[in-house]
Amino acid sequence: MLSISELTKTFEVRKTAFSIKKHVISALDKVSFFVEKGETLGVVGESGSGKSTLARCILMLEVPDSGTITFAGADLMDLTHNQLRTYRKRMQIIFQDPYSSLNPRHTVYYTIAEPILFHHIAPKEETRKRVIEIFKNVGLDEDFMNKYPHEMSGGQRQRVAIGRALATNPALLIADEPVSSLDVSIQAQIINLFMDIKEQYAITMIFISHDLNIVRFVSDNIIVMYGGKILEMGTKEEVLNHPLHPYTQMLMNASQGKFSHYKGQDIIDISGCLYYPRCQRRKAVCKNSVPPLTGDKDHMVACFKE
Amino acid sequence: MTEENTSTHPLLNIDDLTTSFFIDSSIFRAVDSVNLTLHRGEIFGLVGESGSGKTMTALSILRLVPPPGRIERGKVIFEGRDLVRIPAKEMQKIRGNKISMIFQEPMTSLNPVFKIGDQIAEILETHTEFSKKEIKERTIELLMRVGFNEAEKRYIQYPHQLSGGQRQRILIAMAIACNPSLVIADEPTTALDVATQSLILSLLQNLMVEHRTAMLFITHNLNVIKQLARRIGIMYAGRIMELNSVNDFFTDPLHPYSKGLVESIIGLERNERRLKAIPGSVPRLSELPRGCKFHPRCAFVMEICKTREPPVTQITNEKWVRCYLYRN
Repeated sequence: MLSISELTKTFEVRKTAFSIKKHVISALDKVSFFVEKGETLGVVGESGSGKSTLARCILMLEVPDSGTITFAGADLMDLTHNQLRTYRKRMQIIFQDPYSSLNPRHTVYYTIAEPILFHHIAPKEETRKRVIEIFKNVGLDEDFMNKYPHEMSGGQRQRVAIGRALATNPALLIADEPVSSLDVSIQAQIINLFMDIKEQYAITMIFISHDLNIVRFVSDNIIVMYGGKILEMGTKEEVLNHPLHPYTQMLMNASQGKFSHYKGQDIIDISGCLYYPRCQRRKAVCKNSVPPLTGDKDHMVACFKE
Repeated sequence: MTEENTSTHPLLNIDDLTTSFFIDSSIFRAVDSVNLTLHRGEIFGLVGESGSGKTMTALSILRLVPPPGRIERGKVIFEGRDLVRIPAKEMQKIRGNKISMIFQEPMTSLNPVFKIGDQIAEILETHTEFSKKEIKERTIELLMRVGFNEAEKRYIQYPHQLSGGQRQRILIAMAIACNPSLVIADEPTTALDVATQSLILSLLQNLMVEHRTAMLFITHNLNVIKQLARRIGIMYAGRIMELNSVNDFFTDPLHPYSKGLVESIIGLERNERRLKAIPGSVPRLSELPRGCKFHPRCAFVMEICKTREPPVTQITNEKWVRCYLYRN
């Protein structure tokens, strides 16, 4: 369904606003994976790990430096702008903050109807019927139809954002931290909604979050990212029951509320494993050489330990 | 549980605290009849969703409620004095000294144009009689206590040169600068990554235990409270709905809202296919229902809940709930 190979994206950053010298930050470093049709891939990592850049690159909202993105048989990087538009119809994204991703001047009805009209998904006279159907599927009351985003709660707004994403009947749905700005009691509602959508629409999903607990609920496979690299990937059962990378293990402890202690060292120039400065079990070899991603297709890890 | 004479002299005793906002001739009660005691050296977890009144409770204790809000009634007895009624000058001597606060957003609570060392030193200048040299020494010691190795180098840095976790550690250093007897931490880790979060929490816990400082820890994250606190209060729509020990709360929560919260925690150890979610959403202060504020979302709602607000039902000495299910 979706296959990513050696995807690399770097950003050039000036150290201060006036410096001439630029720093190159590698947001994605040779990231490769694939997602089968109907599967959900969970992507876990801290802020700055490249999760969101990955999402933006898959949708070609950000043009990768190198690598290939194959979606439904086509290499997205070879497509022209117009061709890409027909593909975008089939790939949708949901962002973290539903308040800033919804247009405050559009009613909820128009927010969901807009992609239907724009992509000619349904004949004009059937638009209303489609919108009502989506309202039902995302658990919104029809009374909300003429409301504006500011009149709704965070959970309701996120339902609208999900509804808008589903309006084009996408084959791939990317959810970038869709519940982290919501309250606990609402988080559970939205996660349940994602599970329903998964069953009902047989959709392929990429679910991005910094919280392993949340990813665990919706995913079939899990990728753990750090500093633009994949440190560990595999089936949900393998990664969660036998986490191999020290970073994954630390994330698991943290998500259970157990505290970890590490002596933080700010080493910026690392020639070896990116996690070296924080690793509890680092060895001499980790400092100067980068561990490759090894293992079988059910479970791969980039660590010299194993 | 053994309690060395602490129960007789609580450090902080909040009684019937009510804070309201007066807007266009209507009254919005952000904090309503809150009762709470905190003992010396105790870490207390105050949990609630956004808009439940957690932060307003904290600001009311420090008398920092922004207008048009004000404390309508109630007492905040701290070390024998009622903070609601002491003169503003006296209150200034307590803030940052005896009671200090750590805010959620470390970037907005630090001044971007001053060196971080000077910002910590300012607190000591205000509240102590130390000489300039002593203050500098103490500031460096504080930086080391919150885990900075090269404290002298940090002293001259500016907030933008630090990461989120480092900034939060600076705020912690500022909070403990005067050896307070109470620290109020308002979602101190919410803006941070999971890994940094657990570091900050263990640092806070160690510092509190070391100096027997009490902490009122405000959060919406129940997993955090489980590790950190001994007692917990659940807030909803400005009220504390349940007060319980952390152990009992997670095994046998009393209030239907608490039950819903515990069931909707997404934990690694549980394996259901679906989560049990609480239906509906948190009501706005302007649209609070009559009777029990939770009744429209409650699975156990009875007729009486719709018209009358349940009073506090004491279960044991340190455990109570506001719910009609426990009346009789």
